[in-house]
Amino acid sequence: MTASSLEAERAPAAARRPGRARRVARALGRGEEARGPLDYARSWWLRGFAAAVFLALYAPIAMLIVFSFNDSRRNIVWQGFTTDYYVKAWNNAELIQAFVNSLTIAATSTLVSTILGTCAALVLWRFRFPGRPLYEGLTSLPIVIPEICMGVAMMAFFNRIGWPTDLGWPWVLGNITIAHIAFSFPFVAIVVRARLVGFNRELEEAARDLGASEWQVLRDIVLPYLKPGLIAGAMIAFVLSLDDFVITFFTAGPNSVTLPIKIFSMIRFGVTPEINAASTILILITVAATVVGVAMQRPGHDPGKE
Amino acid sequence: MDDWKRNQRIFWPLALPPAVWLLVFFLVPLSLIWVLSFGEKLGIQEIATTWTLDNYAKAVEPLYASILWKSLRICGLATLICLLVGYPVAFLIAFLRSSMWKALLLLGVIIPFAINILVRTFSLIAVLRPTGPINAAYEALWNGAHAVLGVVGLGDALLGERFTPLMLMYSNTAVIVGIVFVFFPFMVLPLYANIEKIDRSYLEASLDLGASHLRTFVSVILPLTWHGILSGVIIVFIPSLGYFFIPEILGGANSDLIGNVIERQFKSANNWPFGAALSFLLMYATFGALALRAVIAGRRGGGA
Repeated sequence: MTASSLEAERAPAAARRPGRARRVARALGRGEEARGPLDYARSWWLRGFAAAVFLALYAPIAMLIVFSFNDSRRNIVWQGFTTDYYVKAWNNAELIQAFVNSLTIAATSTLVSTILGTCAALVLWRFRFPGRPLYEGLTSLPIVIPEICMGVAMMAFFNRIGWPTDLGWPWVLGNITIAHIAFSFPFVAIVVRARLVGFNRELEEAARDLGASEWQVLRDIVLPYLKPGLIAGAMIAFVLSLDDFVITFFTAGPNSVTLPIKIFSMIRFGVTPEINAASTILILITVAATVVGVAMQRPGHDPGKE
Repeated sequence: MDDWKRNQRIFWPLALPPAVWLLVFFLVPLSLIWVLSFGEKLGIQEIATTWTLDNYAKAVEPLYASILWKSLRICGLATLICLLVGYPVAFLIAFLRSSMWKALLLLGVIIPFAINILVRTFSLIAVLRPTGPINAAYEALWNGAHAVLGVVGLGDALLGERFTPLMLMYSNTAVIVGIVFVFFPFMVLPLYANIEKIDRSYLEASLDLGASHLRTFVSVILPLTWHGILSGVIIVFIPSLGYFFIPEILGGANSDLIGNVIERQFKSANNWPFGAALSFLLMYATFGALALRAVIAGRRGGGA
């Protein structure tokens, strides 16, 4: 709201005095070059609109985080700062169990997804084989089909094969983990393939000429080159697993509740600052993992391209 | 690329594990659901595969057809809003000159991806409720207008005596807001990828030949980004039909979408064959949309 009202005030002023727009541009460090015909990004209308959109995109999340520190049970008006609800969440055994479950599933799923995704990426990058388009299609199918379809399919599948429901921890998390791997590793494969595009195959040939076996080439040449892609892929798999709600919702049993499932049942039960506290923790973890993943992917564009 | 036969000792260990995993834990479950959708419910747990089409016929019965129709309307409107809001933002990011700002704004679009969709949906409750910031702003506006009109004695006549907050929560409006909010980044990224790729010399040519900026946008930019628009629309519209938790958290008694009906068939109503048929209708819609996109991409010769 503030950004758009600011915008409304500025735009006509800038139009009246072109010198001012340039001064503003200079103050913002954009040099003195005149506005070219394609400099649409310099339009204050567009900038104001985008600022308003980003405000709307982040304000609810910011509010959620701020209100997790609100000293009020009903959490409607600000009553003062407290960390009570974090302490409360910490002492909520079910919530902590759900959190531990989520982390266990995410860790296992990340490990297996990274391996499977890398395998799929290497196969599609390296080999010509009959059924290659089919292979490629199969590994991208989990990305395109609606989550709810995959969720109900998993539910019916584990029910049909008679997946035992009375397994002890951590085996009770097995079916959720299997489902998470199935939808996560195709994303890892995409990220790793993007990284492989820049790989210089002469390095491989040089190693082979020097007597390295195929596996040695893979281990000592290709994998070290892939490292940023592997980390980025692992981060994506981790976030996908930790965040997943829809597919987990259909596969979770009473003894395999994950954090998003627990948050969902808490929301249904009533809105409390404890939900805000639990959500804030989840946000912190997944956003940190994403920022690491994005940072890792950036150098991947360097070799060969641009 | 190497031929697979020359390096079978590498090929099989790499190719098999992902393929087997998807075969067993993805294709088999989907096939199971597909077969179930032609099944008949006998008892509480018993389902006989009779290859009946009754489950699909049930989906067009008035009760479910109206939910289907409402889902298409609500999700369609939400997708349209997403597009109208997302296009200018993607456009701005694509035309930014500073690479730092570009990276920063892109990160700004990507971060919401990482924030749990359930948490993002939940965060809207505090914004939309009668005591939330939207109503606070509306109340301030109302009070201002009431006071101003009160000077000429029209305040009560035009605006009523007392402020009544907008009842945004637990309504279809809230569901639409929720879908737009949750899916916004999904719309922006394909649009950005497409707009970014436009050859700028086309735009310069259009402007040099005397077309206005508006004309250039309508006749050059828009057709060139048609593919990105289509990708964004598909990526928002189809999944939004299945996100049952958005109506569950934000919607009212009449806000159910197809996703809620599917969820109920599996979780409480316990009519798996019908739920399976509904989810396969959603799958067919997905494949249809993807095929349409492929056809259009083929005709236009590539794109994003």
